Amino acid sequence: MYETIYHRASSVAEAANLMGTAAEGKYLSGGMTLIPTMKQRLAAPSDLVDLRHIAEMKGIAVDGRSVRIGAATTHEEVATSAALASVCPAICGLASHIGDPHVRHMGTIGGSIANNDPAADYPAAMLALDAVIVTDRREVKAEDFFTGLFETALEDGEIVTAVRFEAPAKAAYQKFPNPASRYAMTGVFVVRRADGGVRVAVTGAGSDGVFRHRDLEAALAANWSPGAVTNVKVDDSDLLSDIHASAAYRANLVKVMTKRAVAAA
Amino acid sequence: MGVEGIGARVARKEDKRFLTGKGRYTDDMVVPGMKYAVFVRSPHAHATIRSIDATSAKSMPGVIDVLDGKQLLADGIGNLICGWMIHSKDGSPMRMGAWRPLAHETVRYVGDAVAIVVADSVAQARDAAEAVVVDYETLPVVTDTLQALSEGEPQIHPEAPGNLIFDWELGDAGAADQAIAAAAHVTELKIINNRLSPNAMEPRATLGIYDAGDDHFTCYTTSQNPHLARLVMSAFYNVAPENKLRVIAPDVGGGFGSKIFIYPEEIVCLWASKRTGVPVKWTADRTEAFLTDAHGRDHVSTVKMAFDSNNRITALKVDTIANLGAYMSLFSSCVPTYLYATLLSGQYAIPAIHANVRTVYTNTAPVDAYRGAGRPEATYLLERTIETAARELGVSPAELRRINFIRTFPHQTPVIMNYDAGDYEASLKGAMEAADWDGFAARKAEAERRGMKRGIGMSCYIEACGLAPSAAVGSLGAGVGLWESAEVRVNAVGTIEVMTGSHSHGQGHETTFAQVVAERFGVPIDSVNIVHGDTDKVQMGMGTYGSRSGAVGMSAVFKALDKVEAKAKKIAAHLMEADEGDIVIEDGALKVAGTDRSVPWSQVALASYTAHNLPPGMEPGLKEGAFYDPSNFTFPAGCYICEVEVDPETGQTKIVQFVAADDFGNIINPLIVEGQVHGGLAQGIGQALLEGVHYDQSGQLLTASYMDYAMPRADDLPSFTVTTSNTPCPSNPLGVKGCGEAGAIGSPPALINAITDAIGNNELTMPATPQKVWAAVHSAH
Repeated sequence: MYETIYHRASSVAEAANLMGTAAEGKYLSGGMTLIPTMKQRLAAPSDLVDLRHIAEMKGIAVDGRSVRIGAATTHEEVATSAALASVCPAICGLASHIGDPHVRHMGTIGGSIANNDPAADYPAAMLALDAVIVTDRREVKAEDFFTGLFETALEDGEIVTAVRFEAPAKAAYQKFPNPASRYAMTGVFVVRRADGGVRVAVTGAGSDGVFRHRDLEAALAANWSPGAVTNVKVDDSDLLSDIHASAAYRANLVKVMTKRAVAAA
Repeated sequence: MGVEGIGARVARKEDKRFLTGKGRYTDDMVVPGMKYAVFVRSPHAHATIRSIDATSAKSMPGVIDVLDGKQLLADGIGNLICGWMIHSKDGSPMRMGAWRPLAHETVRYVGDAVAIVVADSVAQARDAAEAVVVDYETLPVVTDTLQALSEGEPQIHPEAPGNLIFDWELGDAGAADQAIAAAAHVTELKIINNRLSPNAMEPRATLGIYDAGDDHFTCYTTSQNPHLARLVMSAFYNVAPENKLRVIAPDVGGGFGSKIFIYPEEIVCLWASKRTGVPVKWTADRTEAFLTDAHGRDHVSTVKMAFDSNNRITALKVDTIANLGAYMSLFSSCVPTYLYATLLSGQYAIPAIHANVRTVYTNTAPVDAYRGAGRPEATYLLERTIETAARELGVSPAELRRINFIRTFPHQTPVIMNYDAGDYEASLKGAMEAADWDGFAARKAEAERRGMKRGIGMSCYIEACGLAPSAAVGSLGAGVGLWESAEVRVNAVGTIEVMTGSHSHGQGHETTFAQVVAERFGVPIDSVNIVHGDTDKVQMGMGTYGSRSGAVGMSAVFKALDKVEAKAKKIAAHLMEADEGDIVIEDGALKVAGTDRSVPWSQVALASYTAHNLPPGMEPGLKEGAFYDPSNFTFPAGCYICEVEVDPETGQTKIVQFVAADDFGNIINPLIVEGQVHGGLAQGIGQALLEGVHYDQSGQLLTASYMDYAMPRADDLPSFTVTTSNTPCPSNPLGVKGCGEAGAIGSPPALINAITDAIGNNELTMPATPQKVWAAVHSAH
């Protein structure tokens, strides 16, 4: 790791100020990706501004079916939140399968979505839940927030402070883990709203990161059952292909994981 | 058997230290003035070095020096060598290219060491290593085993035209061809044995210390065989004469073969310590381990197995190409030859066998012994083939094996080996009963109702442990003898120290060797210390690999104990004025048989050192040494059965049961043997399901971290059912065989046989990843 200066911010404003004065700063929100990257000398921020201890960015609030999760909330806190489990157990289940216990006690939802790893779990949930990403400057719909591989709509210095969504009638997440990394080789988050609207978001498979699968959504909106996906064609031309999984195999996993998610929802 | 003697299920003495973080590994060693090394490594798989400019690196903070291969050459440090000479079938010697500890003309794989930076801290050394400017002219690359032999491929070493190192054969080609031509049935297969990264938990490390006052070197290193390291560094690499080089391999966190070999880093750190005048420590990071630890396996073979009309095997013909990587590592040549082709008879009476083996250079990490070394390759090939044959012949796989089992011993195979003992039927029967083989059909039907494809597969392996005798391996090209040494030193108070040439890096020698002593003298294992891993403390020894410590190392201890026992009995007889022949050792005392007269063990020990009252002419002291050169290999064998469920939608394989029925001869400590089997199975299952090294076309290693190299984890594995049915080995005094590698040898074919049975498609290569299994399910007829 190259030399870096560590700052622990106690408020969003202080964090933004620190970033403003840093030569080449990076926000740290768990560091489950950034720290290993720095250890490999593939990233060399001059300053690290730690967001994990900012009180206003922590915690889970459930009001009726409205959910707000602070960006500095750890995966463990999401996984074990009784309030959250009562309205949207799918997201608790998702969080409980991120990494290992060490990762879940350090990593945060804000860190995960701001990094937008194409194999991360949370982006699929945000997209499927039609979540709003709250920053220190504005609110962005998940649809507009995730813009590509490790790319988001965040501007320089902008901080994700929370996410908000309405808990749906039904939701479930199914992931097929990469045998080596255990990241999602394909993960599918399905949502069915009380009005019958369906969203299917796929992570780990798209060559441009997380995406919604409109044909699967249409099929499931017409018939919310695992069998409904059988005749949907999943085009593999925009899917990732690597040493672990071909695009064709991932296309298969998209269908199978969708089917299983619907069954589990 | 005493409570702590042979056969006792004693918990490991060494575990307290390991489990409480008190182990002492090479990287834990700190000496005054010590500095840190980082190696500059080639980012290219094949390139000419035009120039190396370390000017700015040398001026960076904390940097002591930057040294390169030209300086190393000028100081007379020699090439790394392969220590086992193989001759091609035309009589020509193997074509070994030069391996410089620091490349100064050509780099041949990504990770090839080019320079060493020594600095006050690792971080400073790393910064400076990045500032060393190496001007490379890249060359074309070949990484693929088969492709390396094709026309027009890049030439990796001038000494080896066409990248062919040797073209070797074993057995009678004519007899095999004749039997194949006359056969009622011939099964043919192409077999690929995947390339593996060894992944010891402790990465390689070394600390080189030069003492200018005594002109003496000390090398702490992660070695399975410190004496061999000293011998090779002294005799071939010209680091220092043996009396001026002490090698210490302290606690070592796993080896699996990869720490047998001498690597560039220990040589260079010793040399750099002399050049810089400071002790130099280097510890590999995990990426370096993936890049530069010797890999395992990487064979491509075709096989023909011929049967007569009674389903008896009449011949086996094998053609293998083995990838040895960019350089010939220390024992690389013997792995795909004498550790492989000699095991091709398996557990079967096969009248004619012929194997042809070609080895090739490629622009990849060197390949050498890895847990099993040659024997997993032979077992996989044989057990996949006989399983396939059973399917083709419409015979049950158990029955086809039974028909062909060797049943009388000793048995001379057509490929050198003379099996001394075994009962293959007993292992097969034991495994089938434990696995409830007969109930499989019902389990399969039940799984089918859940949409799962259930399959069962077996593997009957044999391995040869404790390579021996020395004269025989010498005649086959080995550069060393394969005996072992021991010295048993009884202290004046009766406690005992055993110096062994074997080295423990996870095997539990501190416990099992002590049990052998406890058995003999009736003393508690707590009073027995096992000393190993230091060339200044322990007489010349050969180290640990090939499951040899029990059969060879413990046998040397056993011989030394014979001598100690004989002397102790003489002293006791003298003290009690009895006949030496009447003395027996029981419960920690030497007794006159049939009487109540006895002297405690500790009193005999004390008497030997006070020397006040010894038999006339007897030397004082109670300390004896022995060297043991076995008369033959030992031949552990067994039957493994694996049952799987494949999810046809995802290709995910779940192992629902795994039974290992082994014959390890006499067992010193069942707990440790079971642990060894569990570990071996995990590694074998890793090879079959998860692990595989991938290089891209340009020679970049794609699996250089755990993000891409899949290691087996607890949830990939079932609870194993481990049983033994043992036939004592007649070739060593303890009747022991070897258990360290069996799990890794026997398990891969059982697993692949089970998966191919489940999916009804025999076209499947290791690792059987979900993607591959899914594709095979969907292309099955």
